[in-house]
Amino acid sequence: MNDTGVVIAFWALSAITVASALMVAAVRNLVYAVLFLVLSLMGVAGLYITLSADFIAMAQILIYVGAIAVLLLFAIMLTPRAGRNNAESPFWAPGLVVAGLVAATISMVAVSTDWHQGDQGQFTSTAQLLGEALLDPFVLPFEIASVVLVVAMIGAIVLIRED
Amino acid sequence: MTVGLEHYLVVGAILFGIGLFLTMSKRNAIGILMGIELMLNAVNLTLVTFSRFADSPRPIDGQVFAVFVITVAAAEAAVALALAVSIYRHRDTIDVDRIDLLKW
Repeated sequence: MNDTGVVIAFWALSAITVASALMVAAVRNLVYAVLFLVLSLMGVAGLYITLSADFIAMAQILIYVGAIAVLLLFAIMLTPRAGRNNAESPFWAPGLVVAGLVAATISMVAVSTDWHQGDQGQFTSTAQLLGEALLDPFVLPFEIASVVLVVAMIGAIVLIRED
Repeated sequence: MTVGLEHYLVVGAILFGIGLFLTMSKRNAIGILMGIELMLNAVNLTLVTFSRFADSPRPIDGQVFAVFVITVAAAEAAVALALAVSIYRHRDTIDVDRIDLLKW
């Protein structure tokens, strides 16, 4: 991938993703944190497009930016007296150290490992391939995923119902 | 200047670290949930990256895994937010430092 456009897109999208993820941790108001989270997830969707994963990118925008962001905003609106404050707990400093060490370790391992790289992953279109994979070798996990979704939906309704 | 596997993996690692920091440091349950979503996205980015760059007979499998992770993340978000609203109804707070019913 040494096309100039792809390189520029990678660096710009990575900067947007990481910067808005940092803003999620930095802003005090939880509503703004959700909006920065949406921006970060859209940056990840753009990175999927540079990786020639068009279907995943569209699913990311539909599910995360569309559904989960609205769900988070609704949860904030439904918890009005507690909801707006995004403050840290007293133990944020050890958390920062641990998170930094984890990120540094994964990065160092990723850079120093000699990966077996190939070029079969350069798809022109993935929707048909994904559909065939989901309904042939992955059909059992596919069915289980639908059961998980139904159980989660019923569980959420039961938990949130007023009685 | 070329962009390769390692670049995407480092971006995924940084995103995972930020999500981990959010999960460990925030007091609001919804803030913790946002950290979990960021971590799941970092893992998805890594899966799609390997699907694009790794030497594999069936490179689409990484993206199938990413689809499953997105599905489970959606289910988890729905249940977790329902739990947060339910706890708020009973305890009037979703501050995880003040939800200490099980603390002895």
